[in-house]
Amino acid sequence: MIVLLILIPVAAGIISFFVKNGKAARTLALGASLLTFLAALVLVMTAKGTITLDQQWLPQIGSDFSLSMDGMAKMLCLLNAVALPLILSSTIREKYSNSGNFFGLLLLTQAGMMGVFLAADVLLFYFFWELALIPVYFLCSQYGGEKKIQATFKFFIYTFLGSLLLLIGIIYLYLKTPDHSFALEAFYNLHLTTTEQNVGFWLFFIAFAIKMPVFPLHTWQPDAYEQAPSAGTMVLSAVMVKMGIYATIRYVLPIFPEAAQHFNHIIIIFAVIGLLYASFIAIRQDDLKRLIAYSSIAHIGLMCAAVFSLQQIGMEGVMIQMFNHGINVLGLWIVATAIEQQIGTRKLSEMGGLATKAPVLAILFMIMALANVSLPLTNSFIGEFLMFNGLFRYNVWAGVFACVSIILVAIYTLWAMQKMFYGEVSDFTKNAVEAPKNTQYALVIITIVILILGVYPAPLLDLTKDTVHAVMSIK
Amino acid sequence: MNAIILSAILGVVMMLSSAFIKNTKAYKSIALVGLIILLLANICETYSHAWLDIPMYDMLKFDRFGLYFNTLAIACTFLFCAFSQKEIEKVGQYIGEYFALIFFVLCGIFILSAYNNLLMLFVGIEIMSIPLYILTGARKENLKSNEASLKYFLMGSFSTGILLMGIALVYGGTGDFALTHHTAEINTSIAGAVNQPMSFLDVAGMLLILVGMCFKVSAAPFHFWAPDIYDGSPSVFSSFMATIVKAGAFIAFIRLFALREQETSILQNAIIGVDWKMLFSIIIVATLLFGNITAIFQQSVKRMLAYSSIAQAGFMLFALLSLNETAKEGLLLYVVAYSVATIGLFGILAKMKDYTLAGYNGMAKSHPTLAFANAIFLLSLSGIPLSIGFFAKYYMLMAVIQTGGYLWVAIVGVVFAVISVFYYFRVIWSMYFKEGSVELKYPVTKGFKVMAVVLALIIIILGTFPQIILNYLYF
Repeated sequence: MIVLLILIPVAAGIISFFVKNGKAARTLALGASLLTFLAALVLVMTAKGTITLDQQWLPQIGSDFSLSMDGMAKMLCLLNAVALPLILSSTIREKYSNSGNFFGLLLLTQAGMMGVFLAADVLLFYFFWELALIPVYFLCSQYGGEKKIQATFKFFIYTFLGSLLLLIGIIYLYLKTPDHSFALEAFYNLHLTTTEQNVGFWLFFIAFAIKMPVFPLHTWQPDAYEQAPSAGTMVLSAVMVKMGIYATIRYVLPIFPEAAQHFNHIIIIFAVIGLLYASFIAIRQDDLKRLIAYSSIAHIGLMCAAVFSLQQIGMEGVMIQMFNHGINVLGLWIVATAIEQQIGTRKLSEMGGLATKAPVLAILFMIMALANVSLPLTNSFIGEFLMFNGLFRYNVWAGVFACVSIILVAIYTLWAMQKMFYGEVSDFTKNAVEAPKNTQYALVIITIVILILGVYPAPLLDLTKDTVHAVMSIK
Repeated sequence: MNAIILSAILGVVMMLSSAFIKNTKAYKSIALVGLIILLLANICETYSHAWLDIPMYDMLKFDRFGLYFNTLAIACTFLFCAFSQKEIEKVGQYIGEYFALIFFVLCGIFILSAYNNLLMLFVGIEIMSIPLYILTGARKENLKSNEASLKYFLMGSFSTGILLMGIALVYGGTGDFALTHHTAEINTSIAGAVNQPMSFLDVAGMLLILVGMCFKVSAAPFHFWAPDIYDGSPSVFSSFMATIVKAGAFIAFIRLFALREQETSILQNAIIGVDWKMLFSIIIVATLLFGNITAIFQQSVKRMLAYSSIAQAGFMLFALLSLNETAKEGLLLYVVAYSVATIGLFGILAKMKDYTLAGYNGMAKSHPTLAFANAIFLLSLSGIPLSIGFFAKYYMLMAVIQTGGYLWVAIVGVVFAVISVFYYFRVIWSMYFKEGSVELKYPVTKGFKVMAVVLALIIIILGTFPQIILNYLYF
């Protein structure tokens, strides 16, 4: 069953490359993504504890095709599985040249990300890590905006450098395992000296930090988000950035506990600087896509800081926030895309008065915006509360500085809200009408999730409890 | 022994057939059948069924490593001939002779994979090189080709001279040409003299041999001949030279230093105090630097591939630095990965009218199959997972990390691998993301397309299941 999560998108993705009819390709992609979602839902609902699968793959070098699905993996697989149908249905009106390729690449990216969340073998993890990267590179550079090639190339170079350093780190540790094995367990059981921990820590962490992205390795992100096609941006920001945080929790903390404790101050300082820096820059943005991109950097910075606070409560916050941030940012992108399609601009200075033209969209966006600000009763509130709590327990000043971002995020989100939906109707917005039904449906689903998890976040907390416990018990 | 004798005989057969058979198409069939026989003969010998048992007097020593390499070299030559036969036919009128020369080159390579005596090293290098000088100038009416041939001949002779001088000095220092003897107790053999520091003459001789070999594998700073010669010679023979021939020279290189490793490690105490590992590291870094940086600035894809072949040589040199089992296996894997991809790239290049990047613009639209195959070849050369190129690089990195103390070389290698992505991906940009029309010199037949896809599939299949080759190596 667990392998279906990877198999369905891979198979559908490959078939999709050969489908010439655009409509058929879209239906295939939507069908496959719904099937994957169903499989993920069944797995999360029915299976208790950790689900595993182990098959021989490369016995000569001690690598197996082994998958394992604990609470954190369940949650992220669910996020990945939820995101794709929503992305597909909200971008249903976009026309792509050679759409078979487009959907094929999208599905392969999903498969790669599933593999990343499920792999229990480090080499396999590396494979999927790259598998997620390459289709998304082609996706963005073929279907993106004007400067797509430069932007996605920058993204590729950054992440590829990280990946290769990660590879060196993996080999470095692999050679230290007693029976030369890539099994995650073997990596957990390593007894590393301080130097080995420090070297390995940075080799692994840089790759993950680039993916998140954490200041100062974030510069690829706004360009990539701005230039990628809407569906690509959604995949990147809703799911792919979680790969970095996930991998930090899954690999860096348990394998290098001493180094993590040794270096966590530096990382938290950088994360908090990045958090404030990105928030300040977001305030100055006139481009809606770039605004969301910087807002995303800020949120991720907070998650990174909370991870390295090494507090149980902070970790719980990170877990639930990974899911929530994915859902919220997806909602923001869907609105941004809908608006851009309607009025043909992303510039906030050219918008205004949309609320009178598209009231439903305005209400739905308001909820997304409030979730982005982490207002109580929305899903992000509990996550951010727990994360700030963790940070305060680690160090009061780190918590205080991080908390400044609460004000900043409110400033830019509400300011953007005001610019877009209220005030005078501009030349661009005078002909705008309500967003299409499919976009509305997608947004309604997201709104429901936001509100339900805002009121009752316990299921998510329960789901990831085992992982938090396992990670925090390592000393 | 089978392979050496048979390849010489097949070379003669090809020459005779060109005198008696006038149907040019027949040459290819004879050559392909010959290669299959050669392959079978070599496999038989690998499993101890040598057809001929000639006393070698320790001049040649057939070990598993050498025989495995022979098999791979023959298989790659087979792919090369099957893929590029049309281009070979178009180079000039002496088609039978071209195939004959290829067999003679192979004969030289087989000697290099088995030599156990410095004289045989010299003989092997010469047998391998002289046919190449002729092949380089095969396009008689083309001035560039003639110039390249003369240049290659002069440079080649020069480097052979240095090599010979080195061999003479080693003889002066040790009083022996042999690398190892049957009976270990004889202490006069070179490899036996572990306890004595190498004499000044011996060290100087080894340094000169090193220079000569660096010339042959186009390692920096003796690489400058390669781009001119690869560029000037007919594309189809450039591909042969850059892949199988270069691999042959590498095997010779590795054999020499692997057999003398015990002394080279104590050399730090020798009279002139050469730290060989450090020397190799410097050569590696310089090769990667020159190859990669210069490749970035090339507008001609052919010249870019020439420089990239220098860069790839830098990666293969990792094997020389490590000299362990992993390095040997990795080198064999690298030979396959690099050869298959480069044969494919050059094969398609030879069809093009315009060798510049602009010539590739819009290939994905007009020739999707060729563009797809090309993209796979380039991804493999960049070392992206799911291609055999990844495993090749993986093994090389592992070999270096295993050596201990040279992690920095691996990291430098990785940084250059990221740089290499830049120029490989430029070709992919041109093919996929730029508009233009591709002009071909020769029409692309269905068979050619099928072969291109087969080569691409080999790369993907071996990249997903490398145990197909690994099983063979670990037998």
